[in-house]
Amino acid sequence: MMNADNTPRPPYATYNEWYANQDRARLIAKSKEAENIFRKTGITFAVYGHADSAEKLIPFDLIPRIISAREWRRLAQGIEQRVLALNAFLDDIYHKQEIIKAGRIPRELIEKNDAFLPQMVGMRPPGGVYTHIVGTDIVRTGEDQFYVLEDNARTPSGVSYMLENRETMMQMFPELFYQNRVQPVENYPYLLRHSLAAVAPPGCEGKPRVAVLTPGIYNSAYYEHAFLADMMGVELVEGSDLRVIDGKVRMRTTRGYEAIDVLYRRVDDDYLDPLTFKPESALGIPGIMDVYRAGNITIANAPGTGICDDKAIYSYMPEIVEFYTGRKALLENVPTWRCSEPSSLQYVLDNLADLVVKEVHGSGGYGMLVGPTASKKERALFADKLKARPSNYIAQPTLSLSTVPIMVNKGIAPRHVDLRPYVLVSDKVQIIPGGLTRVALKAGSLVVNSSQGGGTKDTWVLED
Amino acid sequence: MLGRTANGLYWMFRYIERAENSARLVDAGLRMSLTRSHLGEDNWESVLQSSGVIDIYEQRYESATSADAVDFLLRETTNPSSVLSCIEAARSNARMVRTALTRETWEAVNECYLDLKSMLARRVKAADLPEVIDAIKRKTGLIRGAFHGTMLRNDLFNFSRIGTFIERADNTARILDVKYYVLLPAVSQVGTAIDNVQWESILRSVSAHRSYGWVYEAEYKAANIADFLILNGRMPRSLAYCYDKINSNLGYLEREYGERHNAHDTSGNTLKSLRNCSIKDVMDQGLHEYIETFITQNNRLSQEISDGYRFY
Repeated sequence: MMNADNTPRPPYATYNEWYANQDRARLIAKSKEAENIFRKTGITFAVYGHADSAEKLIPFDLIPRIISAREWRRLAQGIEQRVLALNAFLDDIYHKQEIIKAGRIPRELIEKNDAFLPQMVGMRPPGGVYTHIVGTDIVRTGEDQFYVLEDNARTPSGVSYMLENRETMMQMFPELFYQNRVQPVENYPYLLRHSLAAVAPPGCEGKPRVAVLTPGIYNSAYYEHAFLADMMGVELVEGSDLRVIDGKVRMRTTRGYEAIDVLYRRVDDDYLDPLTFKPESALGIPGIMDVYRAGNITIANAPGTGICDDKAIYSYMPEIVEFYTGRKALLENVPTWRCSEPSSLQYVLDNLADLVVKEVHGSGGYGMLVGPTASKKERALFADKLKARPSNYIAQPTLSLSTVPIMVNKGIAPRHVDLRPYVLVSDKVQIIPGGLTRVALKAGSLVVNSSQGGGTKDTWVLED
Repeated sequence: MLGRTANGLYWMFRYIERAENSARLVDAGLRMSLTRSHLGEDNWESVLQSSGVIDIYEQRYESATSADAVDFLLRETTNPSSVLSCIEAARSNARMVRTALTRETWEAVNECYLDLKSMLARRVKAADLPEVIDAIKRKTGLIRGAFHGTMLRNDLFNFSRIGTFIERADNTARILDVKYYVLLPAVSQVGTAIDNVQWESILRSVSAHRSYGWVYEAEYKAANIADFLILNGRMPRSLAYCYDKINSNLGYLEREYGERHNAHDTSGNTLKSLRNCSIKDVMDQGLHEYIETFITQNNRLSQEISDGYRFY
């Protein structure tokens, strides 16, 4: 937020002036009010493994994170390039595999990867789009230095927080939105619905029928599933509502079975179709993959997109972007050591205290080691795991992440943040100006995941 | 709309209605034990019977003391009809059908759940009971208000209303089923003190002791009380009123969907018989038999609605 000489960075100037005139007691009261709004609305998530805390609130910090129009344009170009490359990569991997033939990516990395779905080979989804909704995790380390941490091309979550955070800010501090020209995010559900409808199967007659598929009320992101369905004005369905009849996926309504053309699924690949994947899955729809292969339904995101946001693939993203777009990647990758390579493994073991080590298939901040903050004992234990299954891990340097201010007991204090902008892909790429800013609430911590005690902030992209 | 959504709405409103009913029974029971302390355990046994949970109660407790019975009706989680169980079930259904509810309705349900959960987290002290019961009535009232003020009058609304009135008819019928004998002409000696106590208890269980006075000029007569609870079309908890509502909501669905089910015949026939008979007919047929048949029919209707509209 501040320059080195303690003057506010330009996008924060107006806000800073406002903040200086605020009564602290009022802000604390507002902070409580925000919490009440979230609790009342039921904006909760579940943390698995906590029996008692079935539903939790994600802490909300009321100081917005502000990005200038110029900064955003740069980011958006980089994200668009990356998302187009991801889709081209998926199409290639499930068809001709030119990138492997060109020797840019090792074959076994793809074909021995659990995220690679042989069932998708030769299958081209309607509209040629594989990953319709992407949440690119980005961190900033300097004025013009952005890194992509993860691509999240399967079922990125959190967009409901982006929308509710904005809604809450506008309710609590309307004056801020007169003083600052903030680009809107609230049309996201509208854009999402149109984006999904635009990739309906070619044989779809009339207006495409869209539905959101949820695992149900016990899923950690259920609130978001219901929220998005509600905001889009489409049905929220569970596997038990759906059945394949006459070559179409149909939902059981009070008037009989009605066809669905586009399914925005928030159920993992493995659980989608018990006939094709996990036979014991009760969440899926038997036979949906046959309907899909026959081109009679769009599944968003397509099954098998996990192969492009796998952490082992991640380290090849600069090559992937260049291979498909013919240009150098605009956004940088964090340097990554693949522990499957012996020399890298040795380096990682020697420098464990300075590195972040992640599981290749992990998510949500589980099963990772943050070297600099871990104890000696934790590092030693992790080193054993690493040696036992090197190919299960990658390592990255700890970046000096940018900080933004949050409200704490004694005023404000800097905390590390990341940013997840949301991207919609159909016949065009649309990037919502802003996204979800996640913030580590503990001083010095680099872990921003909500399951690990992170919070969120409203994210403003200013107009020029 | 999804069959599962119709099912969720239907049960959400059944549970809200049941929660209110349990609170009302506690209220009536407390009132009786305050003014008629000689009734003792009998009073609470009949309250538990009206709630249909005496069997589960007896598995846990040996006698029906005021404190245990109240706790069982308000917060016992193994009692599916306790206020806490009902509110949890209602909220869980509301979460499932979140997209079918307006924000106002959902928030009213969620707040009702959060507030009552903390209020009923531990045994309620006798001194706090009036406040808690009042809160239950108020919070469920807010749900009803938000629902009526904001929901579109479409099939969602119809399924919600049908759930409300099927449950309400069931509740009123159960209260009559437990206390039918005090309304029989052969048993009741008109105007004795005992009768008055029993009759008042019935009327209080359906929050009708005041309105009764207006309609029947404050004259306690067994036949009038039965008439009020069964046949009076203006009394919002009477069987006739409930079926009037069920029937009209099923009628809307029939017109909107252009489809008629067994449920329509069942509901239509029940309504017709409620409209066309007098309380004398009911008494002649036998009050007990009449109520038993009604409860069975009401359950059948519930099943037919579930089948006809593909709840599962």
